[in-house]
Amino acid sequence: MNWPQFWQYTAANALLGILPAVVGLAISVPIGIACVRWRWLYGPVLSATSVVYAIPSLALFVVLIAYTGLSNLTVIIPLTLFSLCVLVPNVVDGLRSVPEPVRQAATAMGFGTLRRLVQVELPLAVPIVIAGLRIAVVSSISLASVSGLIGVASLGYFFIDGLQRNFNEEIYAAIVAVIGLALACDLILVLARRMLTPWSRKPGGRATVNAEGAQLLQEPAI
Amino acid sequence: MSYFSFAWNWLKSSSQWHGADGIPIRVLQHLGYSGLSLLVATLIALPLGVLIGHFGRGGFLVVNLANAWRAIPTLGLLILMVSLLGFSVLAWLIPLVVLAIPPILVNAYEGVAGVDRDLIDAARGMGMTDWQILRRVEVPVALPLIMLGLRTGAIFIVATATIAAEIGVGGLGRYIIDGLATNNYGEVAGGAALVVVLALLVQFAFVGLRRLFVPAPLRAMARAES
Amino acid sequence: MMRTGYLPVQRGAKRGVQRGVLAGVAVSIALTIAACGSSSSSSGGGSSNPLAPTASKGTVVIGSANFPENELLAEIYSLALQGAGVKVTDKFNIGAREVYYPEVEKGAITVIPEYNGALLTTSVDTKSTAATTAAVNAALTSKLPAALEILNSSSAQDKDSVTVTQSFAKAHHLTSIAQLTTLAKTMVIGAAPEFKTRADGLVGLRTNYGLTFKSFSPLDESGPITLAALKDNKVQAADVFTTTPQIITDNLVALADPKFNFAAQNVTPLVYKKGANSTVVNTLNEISAKLTTAGLLAMDKAVILDHAQYNAVAAGWLKAVGIKS
Repeated sequence: MNWPQFWQYTAANALLGILPAVVGLAISVPIGIACVRWRWLYGPVLSATSVVYAIPSLALFVVLIAYTGLSNLTVIIPLTLFSLCVLVPNVVDGLRSVPEPVRQAATAMGFGTLRRLVQVELPLAVPIVIAGLRIAVVSSISLASVSGLIGVASLGYFFIDGLQRNFNEEIYAAIVAVIGLALACDLILVLARRMLTPWSRKPGGRATVNAEGAQLLQEPAI
Repeated sequence: MSYFSFAWNWLKSSSQWHGADGIPIRVLQHLGYSGLSLLVATLIALPLGVLIGHFGRGGFLVVNLANAWRAIPTLGLLILMVSLLGFSVLAWLIPLVVLAIPPILVNAYEGVAGVDRDLIDAARGMGMTDWQILRRVEVPVALPLIMLGLRTGAIFIVATATIAAEIGVGGLGRYIIDGLATNNYGEVAGGAALVVVLALLVQFAFVGLRRLFVPAPLRAMARAES
Repeated sequence: MMRTGYLPVQRGAKRGVQRGVLAGVAVSIALTIAACGSSSSSSGGGSSNPLAPTASKGTVVIGSANFPENELLAEIYSLALQGAGVKVTDKFNIGAREVYYPEVEKGAITVIPEYNGALLTTSVDTKSTAATTAAVNAALTSKLPAALEILNSSSAQDKDSVTVTQSFAKAHHLTSIAQLTTLAKTMVIGAAPEFKTRADGLVGLRTNYGLTFKSFSPLDESGPITLAALKDNKVQAADVFTTTPQIITDNLVALADPKFNFAAQNVTPLVYKKGANSTVVNTLNEISAKLTTAGLLAMDKAVILDHAQYNAVAAGWLKAVGIKS
């Protein structure tokens, strides 16, 4: 086992998984806000995301090779698109979950629309958005390994090399690393949510479970 | 965009529609792999989710396990199965089943666990046993979410089955893998388009099934809650 | 004014969210910089800007196809060039020739270990009938795009083949592809997907030997899927590359090719001229001079059967033949 190469590729996989989720989040917030503001927008956006979801990631990677070559971008762009598909509904649901009395109280306190959005609505949307971000990060990290099929460095290389050389140790190690990486990021996000929403620390996690559970309505395709 | 025209040209050419490599056969193969995997995944995940939802224990575990499940890399699992089991049906069946279990399981759990407690109290008051409550109250009320889980699992399987082509089986993934190997972008784009169309058809099929099996009032209730 | 539990007016909470947003922005900036600066190289490589379609000045990009022997050869090239003081980036395991050849033409890849015959009939001149090393190389030199050239061929060859199991060969008394004329239509042949359309694949077998197989089964590049399919009789013949070590361990029989359907396949560096200076050319020629089929087969066995590391085996061979790495 070439361990230095293994850790290097683990880092590459982490990058290929985390960056799309973060960029996806950045893009999905304005889109989500627009969909809440103009309700008619949400339907078409949802239809578009469900079509994009069904595209196999490998196909998107291959199509992009002609434009972005055999580079990280070829993997990052499709994974960002998939993250968007998960995150936009979450941003919308999160914003919609803000109770109307709260919005009105903020307006009554003199908050302008932007200030209300930034200081009241988005923070309250955080639990649901982070639930979506968890899904986006975990699936991006796992999907990024498919990049091994187009020669972009990730843990997927060890699946293929392990298969070709009958080298099972590589396969096991890479699977464990992908899962470990994804779960570590998941844990960080759970802790982040706790830190960012101190007001929602209730005993009995039923509310938390609901936020997560509701998000498993959509799965990114491979 | 040139890829649409590549794909369109490839799809248009009649040679794609005939013969053992033709689109109809590949679609049938794809549906076959998908159908079998969905069946097995449902047989495992649905009863489990319903029971956990009914007894109320382990819900937290279910959701977080499902999260962790999503971390499993399909390609890796597929290759692992091939290296352990060789070139066989189980090699692609197990990964597809394993990866479709989370949406079915969690939605079934959420559906049953989310049934209004008042309904269940009323049912108990009427003297129903646990099993009767499950069968006559919880599952029917949970049906919208259960069907949503099945639909999500089905779409996920249809899209993921494309990667099974990596280990030499048929299905629409063949167009993507073979097109990749021969730099035939028309084939890759055409194959991908076919998978998307198939996934959308499956989506519509499930919407239709929902209309058939889930009574209108329940559908309205589910819509209002979402 | 009533303080509700909802409004996050407590400064602590507000700061918490603002801190979170700042942290998120910092993370994404850091990651974006990392993405731009990172390489998709294996160990030992330098770094390259993935956003640039051509290699950055002075860096030699070494590519490889997606099978172990080619990765090994590319690793040998990489280590030797680094030993000669050249800045190198590795881009291994790209895919089949159909995928990486356009990248070489563009200059996105500077050097790749090739097999002259296959290169000729797959990507340069599909109609070529050149069969010997000299003829193939002459054809390549005249037909390659102006931006590319081949360097000296080594004597080591790794040819495609039509290979059967020992029991199949014995049962049908087979030693040569020419004997398959009537048998072929009862046989399923397996190979990597590109074999179906390549000039020396199914097409060549039909033209040169008149063979029409019952069906074609797309497998992998002479890897475990192909070997398993052959052993389990899912296919009766397969394209097993001739330096695949399992030919020996699994007792496979590569049928003779009297009509030279599979032309000479000497390991030959293909280079993008503008990216390869004289140091690069000389080093690669030195490698070609020292590489033999026996040596290649031994290295393949180490890497594939004994699971030795590519860079270790490559470094070991370079040391043994006296090239600095």
